[in-house]
Amino acid sequence: MCLAIPSRVTEVSESEALVDHGGVKKRVKLDLLDESVKVGDYLLIHTGFAIQRIPPEEAEETLRLFDELLRAAFDDEGPPLPGSS
Amino acid sequence: MMKDLRFRDRAKAEELARLIARLAPEEPVKLVHVCGTHEVTITEFGLRSLLPPQVEILEGPGCPVCVTPVKHIDEAVALAEQGHIVATFGDMARVPGTHQSLEDARSAGADVRIVYSVADAVELARKTDREVVFFAVGFETTAPTVAAAMLDGVPENFSLLVSHKLIPPAMAALVQGEHDISGFLAPGHVSTIIGMEPYKIFPERFGVPVVIGGFEPLDILYSIALLLRQLRKGEPKVENAYTRAVRPEGNLKAQAILAEVFEVTDHYWRGMGPIPGSGLKLREEFAAHDARERFGLEVESNEALHPGCRCAQVITAKARPDQCPLFQKACTPRTPYGPCMVGEEGMCHIWARYGGRPKL
Repeated sequence: MCLAIPSRVTEVSESEALVDHGGVKKRVKLDLLDESVKVGDYLLIHTGFAIQRIPPEEAEETLRLFDELLRAAFDDEGPPLPGSS
Repeated sequence: MMKDLRFRDRAKAEELARLIARLAPEEPVKLVHVCGTHEVTITEFGLRSLLPPQVEILEGPGCPVCVTPVKHIDEAVALAEQGHIVATFGDMARVPGTHQSLEDARSAGADVRIVYSVADAVELARKTDREVVFFAVGFETTAPTVAAAMLDGVPENFSLLVSHKLIPPAMAALVQGEHDISGFLAPGHVSTIIGMEPYKIFPERFGVPVVIGGFEPLDILYSIALLLRQLRKGEPKVENAYTRAVRPEGNLKAQAILAEVFEVTDHYWRGMGPIPGSGLKLREEFAAHDARERFGLEVESNEALHPGCRCAQVITAKARPDQCPLFQKACTPRTPYGPCMVGEEGMCHIWARYGGRPKL
């Protein structure tokens, strides 16, 4: 029920946007967003409403945090695990 | 960005699994998530097979359809039987009420529509003179969409049968009194709306760590590693591992819209009982669009589960689906006995969909 799909904005009107998720186009409502939306933005879509804009650089940041945790754990909490690099 | 395969990278998953094995204490650890979408990722990608045997992760009350009281289903069925159009989300129509489900009512001639969005139900009302009732279920992710639709303006013949529920009070019910929960994996998209603040009671009052997690396999493994690290350090707190979709303060506009239309009330959770402050109801200003006020509903409901059904234990993270004697024997997705098998986000339904008991 709380499934939300990141989708790319292809058109924006006043209170709605047209988004594309892997070729599926859908009109979504922007009522719940507190910031303006432009073509090319990624939005998190839940039951026809955008609930959050997702900055693409945040995905990179998350991947960086995964690596940081792995590195920190190896540095601070004992020797590296077998097979890790 | 769509399906960023880097979040499914096998080598990285194995690295995180080795880290989890090293961070895990010797004693049993029970982690609880409260989201059907988390359960789908965990089961579909076989993530339990990557966890050491003492680390267990269970669903808890993460399936809104499963925890919807029979009374609300009976009210929806009664409205459909009165000749009104009842619109709702897909799997809600299949959950049996005291006498029948909405789907049964439809087979008997009632007008029950499955919609993707509350906006579709409002559109339906604009195109007909008949009464359209939207059976509004779902947690904090869904409720703001319904609130936004109300503020946007709805036609006179549109009303809501509200059954929205709030997640943190249900999580609190799990850790009040004696419990064996070591940590919570908090639901990512509920948190997109509510932010981090509502979870602070868990570390502060109950000493239980919370990590807000995303929905890709690496998101979940990373979140589990963070939970285990908190347990190891003995410093429970709320961490956000899903920063690409969750701001610390949440979505303030959605929170404001929600508060303008709904107020908090006590709610009954199927399998758990009444939980204070765990549900929403329409504010007085919207009483004209409250189906309960409008149609004066009175139903006599039986909330009891089928004898032998262990959905109540599954919903409270006290049992796995395969510990129920009915699971995949009498009770299957085609012949469900309990709400955990009916709801597409119920743990029983998800385990059954991916082939019965996962091989661990």
